[in-house]
Amino acid sequence: MDWKRFGFIALIITVLFGVVVVVGQAKQPPLLIITSMLATTIAVATPLTLGALSGVYCERAGVVNIGIEGMMLTAAFFGWLGGIYMFQIYHMDAMVSIVLGVFFAILTGAIMALLHAVLSITFKVDQIIGGTVINILAVGLTGFLNRQLFFGKGSVFGGSVPASPGVLPTIHVPITELFTSICGSSAACLENVQAVNRVFDQKPIAMGAILLVFLSHYVLFNTRWGLRTRAVGEHPKAADTVGINVAKMRYANVLIGGMFAGLAGAYFTIESVPSFEPLLTNGRGFISLAAMIFGNWTPIGAWAAALVFGASQALLINMQIYRDVIPPQWAFLQQSYIVGLTPYILTMFILTGIIGRTTPPAADGVPYEK
Amino acid sequence: MSESPIVLEAKGITKQFPGVLANDNVNFDLRKGEIHALLGENGAGKSTLMNLLYGLHKPDKGEITVNGKNAIIHSPNDSIELGIGMVHQHFMLIPVFSVAENVMLGDEAVKNGSLDRNSVAKKITDISKQYGLDVDPNALVGTLPVGIQQRVEIVKTLYRNAEIVILDEPTAVLTPQEAEDLFRIMRDLTARGVSIIFITHKLKEVLAVADRITVMRAGRVINTVKPSETDSAQLANMMVGRQVILTVDKQDHEAADEILKVEGITVRDQRDLETVHNVSFSVRGGEVLGIAGVQGNGQTELSEALTGLRSPTSGKVTIDGKDLTGKPPRIITEAGLAHIPEDRQRHGLVLSYSIADNMALCDYYHAPFSSRGVLQPKALDENARKLISAFDVRTPSAFVNAGKLSGGNQQKVIVARELSRNVKLVIANQPTRGLDVGSIEYIHSEIIKMRDRGVAVLLISAELDEIMALSDRIAVMYRGQIVAIVEAKKTTREQLGLWMAGAHVQTA
Repeated sequence: MDWKRFGFIALIITVLFGVVVVVGQAKQPPLLIITSMLATTIAVATPLTLGALSGVYCERAGVVNIGIEGMMLTAAFFGWLGGIYMFQIYHMDAMVSIVLGVFFAILTGAIMALLHAVLSITFKVDQIIGGTVINILAVGLTGFLNRQLFFGKGSVFGGSVPASPGVLPTIHVPITELFTSICGSSAACLENVQAVNRVFDQKPIAMGAILLVFLSHYVLFNTRWGLRTRAVGEHPKAADTVGINVAKMRYANVLIGGMFAGLAGAYFTIESVPSFEPLLTNGRGFISLAAMIFGNWTPIGAWAAALVFGASQALLINMQIYRDVIPPQWAFLQQSYIVGLTPYILTMFILTGIIGRTTPPAADGVPYEK
Repeated sequence: MSESPIVLEAKGITKQFPGVLANDNVNFDLRKGEIHALLGENGAGKSTLMNLLYGLHKPDKGEITVNGKNAIIHSPNDSIELGIGMVHQHFMLIPVFSVAENVMLGDEAVKNGSLDRNSVAKKITDISKQYGLDVDPNALVGTLPVGIQQRVEIVKTLYRNAEIVILDEPTAVLTPQEAEDLFRIMRDLTARGVSIIFITHKLKEVLAVADRITVMRAGRVINTVKPSETDSAQLANMMVGRQVILTVDKQDHEAADEILKVEGITVRDQRDLETVHNVSFSVRGGEVLGIAGVQGNGQTELSEALTGLRSPTSGKVTIDGKDLTGKPPRIITEAGLAHIPEDRQRHGLVLSYSIADNMALCDYYHAPFSSRGVLQPKALDENARKLISAFDVRTPSAFVNAGKLSGGNQQKVIVARELSRNVKLVIANQPTRGLDVGSIEYIHSEIIKMRDRGVAVLLISAELDEIMALSDRIAVMYRGQIVAIVEAKKTTREQLGLWMAGAHVQTA
């Protein structure tokens, strides 16, 4: 990752945060606004981060995966459904059902990825078409099952959506407690510490995603697995001549990618809100791909790019909070359909390559023939 | 040599590919510490035999023994295990990886779960010292010159403790000096007990470096000889199966007026790097100007700029006094250019079109091939029949897809299309690459015919022999610049080789 790119990312995030601070300062102190923005940014960037990591694994191994969107959507549905089943039919504990739901989501991602792997590695189908198939399949499958299970006449759950076991809890990081003695009796100090603490109090998938970013970076660039993965994505024939099984490496990485996409799906229905609606991923899988490209196919770069998109979504969310104090000259910011465009405009802008071109793995998207 | 033991033996190897018997009952053996050259034309079956030894393909019949033991080689892993290493013609290196990463790939040193780059670097340094193969383990492979990349490939085999090293056409990408250096390394390796199979189609090299020579033709072994008992003519005869004229028959010829004039052109490639820098030269009617140089020194971009496939960023190109700088290919073609492109399959032909259609690609849009915007199949067919017989294209009919032809016949289709038109200038880029001797002879004679007819010829080739045989004047390209232009008669291979390697000496 070059510094120009990181600099651009920092600049955009600063601008987005700055706008909210300017608008909201009448209502809340800047520190509170910034920490709240930061907390939201990290949370909403989670599926983008995981989606981008999914893409990094697949494409570093030489398989283009535009089916991440579909994998996320399917995983979101089946993870949620699995949780409900465990909770309602098998009467399991809510927490156990939720955790099992996450596993179902990961498994679903892997199964969808297996389909993509079979199509693109074994049958050498055009990988863009393979990914498109997955996206279309996901929309149809989840829409159909959602209706059949919950809303149709004689549906399994008798026409109504049963109570889901809920969502993953927020994990509290005891920073405030740590600083209580340091702050002493100063209420202002404690207030600030509490504000900062909010950034760190995230849910498990959000926290896990960040860990996975650094873990993936290490795996990709410092382990045997990573070296071989990158080799089959750059020059599969060279890997073959030193005895590396190209198809096996590609299969494994596409499956790992699918699991990441599955975990991203779990974020929507098991970590964020405990409900499913058709098309709920709303293009996030594609924005993930943009993040992956802007991050130059590196996990840390992709994460940084995902944060930019997260910040633009956080801007939208925070604007709702300050809508009554928005000065008249900023009134257009109330229009969610204008602000809501930010991530999409950013995507187009970034992909034009104005901020410097990125280089995909040399054999990305090319089936390997001996 | 004869007393040293046989380390590798292939007996009765047969391999059938759809439509070709690539290896037909081939016998071959390699003794410890020798350089055994495998000589043959493209398609003679050399690479197939090596791919079988290296486990990339499986033989239909026959057996391979290594150190006297029957060897079953199903994959490169098996052959690496047996101590066989291969340096492929197209390097199996990953440009974005470091030397150490490339060398260890597939046989990684791992400490506590991480790659142990330091221990690999140390091992590479040891190998470098032992065999005189100087490489920097931390350098990025993509930034290294090809000669050094080749060393990395050799180090890669030695890192895996290879005792048998197969070198597939190793000199194709090297300057004569780099090739000399490679031969020195090869002798160093054999002195330390490594056995080498040296695959090539270059007679001079074989005679210079090999201990024994096995000649292959059309999938069969013709003979195995010692260099002291043979000569170029005999080897060429075995290789081709008939008498071969090794030199091109070329009379002195008066050059006429300047046809192509290139003034200070600069060209950038698709990565926006300046690959041709301020190049000037001219070619007169009735002369062949050869551009020598190791591949990748800007020849591709230069020829693209001259033929209209790429716009130069500055400078001027004129053909017969007409300014054609940055004009589209059709305008330049109509001004009298014949272009034999470097990559015949991608830029010379539409492989899924018939021969007849391919032969009309330059002027399909006007009479007689086209009438009021409709193609005239009869005219296309007639034209094709005429050219097929005039240029000796071996094909069942004019309606066969160009992709179905052999490389030599594909090239003849291009040559027929380009040289049959009324042209003033021929730009031929690597016109004989990968062709059999018969086709090479034919294309060389056609190029000389054009020259004798008063046409200006610009010949770009990485084969120094070809440049020397055909050119009246020779320009040497190095890192995007013309470093020298000389009369062909007044120079030597060695001198050209020095210029190709970057020794900047200007001559008028």
